[in-house]
Amino acid sequence: MRSVRRLLAASAVLALAAGLTACSGSGGGSTSNNPAPARPEVKGTVTVFAAASLKESFTELGKRFEAAYPGTTVTFNFGGSSALAQNIVSGAPADVFAAASPATMKTVTDAKLTGGDPTVFVRNTLEIAVAKGNPKNITGLKDLKGVKTALCAKEVPCGAAAVTALGAAGVELTPVTYEQDVKGAMTKVELGEVDASLVYQTDVKADSAKIEGVNFPEAAQAVNDYPVATLAKAPNANGAAAFLGYIGSADARRVFTDAGFQAP
Amino acid sequence: MTPSTPRTTTAPHPRGRRRPRGAGRVPAALLLPALLGLAFLVLPLLGLLVRAPWSALPQLLTEPEVWQALKLSLLSATLATGVALVLGVPLAWLLARTEFPGRRLVRALVTLPLVLPPVVGGVALLLVLGRNGILGRWLDSWTGITLPFTTTGVVLAEAFVAMPFLVISVEGALRAADPRYEEAAATLGASRLTAFRRVTLPLVAPGIGAGAVLAWARALGEFGATITFAGNFPGRTQTMPLAVYLAMESDPEAAIALSLVLLTVSVAVLAGLRDRWMSAP
Repeated sequence: MRSVRRLLAASAVLALAAGLTACSGSGGGSTSNNPAPARPEVKGTVTVFAAASLKESFTELGKRFEAAYPGTTVTFNFGGSSALAQNIVSGAPADVFAAASPATMKTVTDAKLTGGDPTVFVRNTLEIAVAKGNPKNITGLKDLKGVKTALCAKEVPCGAAAVTALGAAGVELTPVTYEQDVKGAMTKVELGEVDASLVYQTDVKADSAKIEGVNFPEAAQAVNDYPVATLAKAPNANGAAAFLGYIGSADARRVFTDAGFQAP
Repeated sequence: MTPSTPRTTTAPHPRGRRRPRGAGRVPAALLLPALLGLAFLVLPLLGLLVRAPWSALPQLLTEPEVWQALKLSLLSATLATGVALVLGVPLAWLLARTEFPGRRLVRALVTLPLVLPPVVGGVALLLVLGRNGILGRWLDSWTGITLPFTTTGVVLAEAFVAMPFLVISVEGALRAADPRYEEAAATLGASRLTAFRRVTLPLVAPGIGAGAVLAWARALGEFGATITFAGNFPGRTQTMPLAVYLAMESDPEAAIALSLVLLTVSVAVLAGLRDRWMSAP
């Protein structure tokens, strides 16, 4: 009985050890594939950390980039800009960082981890997201007081912009939840768990089958600049530079405009 | 139960005097991974202590948000444990003491939340108990009560994740307990319920206690199901783990301070249980 137990324990340890080595093995493998030093050509995996609100447009850009540079794969990590910035500062291996606000980009530039100075490539404006047909007849920020609302946490750019917009409107609002990124706030409207949320115009546009947007004048005072930069410790520096260049192309500009972004 | 029986002075039993059982040294092939394992578990916690902003700690910890989150965490974990006790002990009894078709399947279903990623539990809760959920829709239209984004929602999410720990623990205790005591009670005229109340419950009380503590600790650390089902609002649904996660995005020092609080609570729980667990053979 006892020896059986020992055997089990030993095999559990072995399994764990095997799992650990497998993890480190795959991690090491992918990074060792990436760097293509001295070779000017663009190859391998380009890892892009991008604000959640860039999900649709960047996914599209990634496909076009891969087509333009055969042999490349673009992998994305979409999330709240502040969390992504924190991950990069903590050593997450990324090539490009696109944030939804200069404040979150500053976390990375302060740590001297960007390859060059960040450039603003698009701007985005807030909108009130409501269910299709606007069942609660929401026409402006003041109407949000009587309904269940989701806001982004003030740590993430859409939340910071929401605070600015609500301040400009003089509306004191108590939401039911502070979401970690703009997509979380969108989902809660989509599922019908909240009546409205403050998100970006681009998010509403990306989900126009289920969601309707309500414009409000105070949004003009809370427009977010989106900066992008390559990262100093980019595992694939060539790929990072190429992707940054591609974001500035006319092709990319069309994708952004179609998604509802404004030019800087 | 206790292989390391009290030392006998009479027989020269090989295990008698020396504590290190078995002969010879500890083989390096076992010692090395054992020490590595120990370091792996302990070093991150030490790192937390080393990197803690000790000088700023008093200021960080006296912020009202911290106490709000800690109070909410302790309250919701305790309520979730209460829910788990009220529903889980009878469930464990059902699994241990009765025979019915599909009992194995029921048992597997009960343990499912144990292995399910909590965030999946949160999604499932939202789809069933959310405002547009299968049951939540009726709850909303009949009573006007909606569960997501409320402290009740936090308690439900935590109970969902934590109850299996209690059920498994209590079921194990019930199986280990001698059913003949209950049979004796029955021959003396006690109904099955009375036997459960007066005989079984006191018999498995330690198992229930251990299960409750496990469930409480699991509920205290709950993150995925809570943030998915109950959202994140300070004082209402933002428990300590959620506060740690969000603080990590903007203010890592605050996150370390909050983590220290949770670590302290956990150590306190362990210390309170030292008779049960830390002195186990």
